[in-house]
Amino acid sequence: MSWSETFLEVLKDNDVRLVTYVPDNILTPLITGIHADNYFMPANATREDEAIGIVAGAWMGGVKGAVLMQTSGFAVAPNAIASLIVPYQIPAILVISERGILGEFNIGQTAVARVMRPTLDALGVVHHTLADVTKVRFTVDSSIKQAVTTQAPVAFILSPLLTGGNPVAHGKLST
Amino acid sequence: MADSIPTDRSRLEVFNRTELTRRLVAKLEREEAVIGGIGNTNFDLFAAGHRPQNFYMLGSMGLACPIALGVALAQPQRGVIALEGDGSILMGLGCLATIANMRPRNLTIVIMDNALYQITGKQPTATGGVTDMVAVARGAGIANAEWVRDQAHFDALTSRRFDDGGPVLLAVRIDDKPGAAQPPRDPALVRNRFMKGLGIGRAGALD
Repeated sequence: MSWSETFLEVLKDNDVRLVTYVPDNILTPLITGIHADNYFMPANATREDEAIGIVAGAWMGGVKGAVLMQTSGFAVAPNAIASLIVPYQIPAILVISERGILGEFNIGQTAVARVMRPTLDALGVVHHTLADVTKVRFTVDSSIKQAVTTQAPVAFILSPLLTGGNPVAHGKLST
Repeated sequence: MADSIPTDRSRLEVFNRTELTRRLVAKLEREEAVIGGIGNTNFDLFAAGHRPQNFYMLGSMGLACPIALGVALAQPQRGVIALEGDGSILMGLGCLATIANMRPRNLTIVIMDNALYQITGKQPTATGGVTDMVAVARGAGIANAEWVRDQAHFDALTSRRFDDGGPVLLAVRIDDKPGAAQPPRDPALVRNRFMKGLGIGRAGALD
């Protein structure tokens, strides 16, 4: 089973129905998967903070949700993390495709790749980097359960070692 | 719903936010959820009398509508109302496009527009210039968007079930007065009580 199929299966196992997103090429199999499965409620947001707000409201209304974003998009999110899901103790599941390392062509992604983990640490948000497909199920399943039980958000960073990186990058890198 | 010609906003009645919010809350008969945006909009929601279905924001400027959309998606049988100021909605206009495309039937947005960042010292916002929030909302695809002309018009527009007919956006001109009271600045308490008010959560076990 691919990393994305496993990831979606774990979301279903944990009753995570709402998936809001701002897209990325790396996230395509997840986005295609949620649109293809009537179990999920997909919501295409215009910004990452908006996507977090929708998931926060849904949690308070009784529906669990995840937010998909790319690395540069993470830089839009800190105010929504700091002022909404952390202090209001909302277990939003953040899924970030890791750009800016291991073959990035866009310099705009590289600085955010460096500040992403320190920012999550400073905000007190538990994060896990997923690099090995054999560990995706245990890491995501146990961490979602911990997030819900402890009323705290959690972030999963999808490493290029897991996803193969951005599929359009190969033709854009200098040699 | 309304004509397509831009409204001459100078001819609209100017409401007071505190009074308008009381008037709106008095119309709620079905445990509708109300999301009060950052600052004065949630202050006056609290001033209108706390209800278990009220959510008060502390930061997150611009996210009242996204939060309300999430509640509306999670509880499609419940009417959900977002209260936003002009400065706040201008920070996150994209959510109007998201809401227009998702078409939640149970979501109503009320924009209270004084063309000012009242709480930071009354600096002017774009709505005091050429930007018309009803035109923006219609352009985003919320067809049921209109300016409130006067009190009778407001009463007519809010004498409806809020769990159907949406998404609706009402824009109201308001004066430059601050909110009349402030809710407790305790996010965990606010969230817990709101979830209990929506029939969700574990708080009841400790009552």
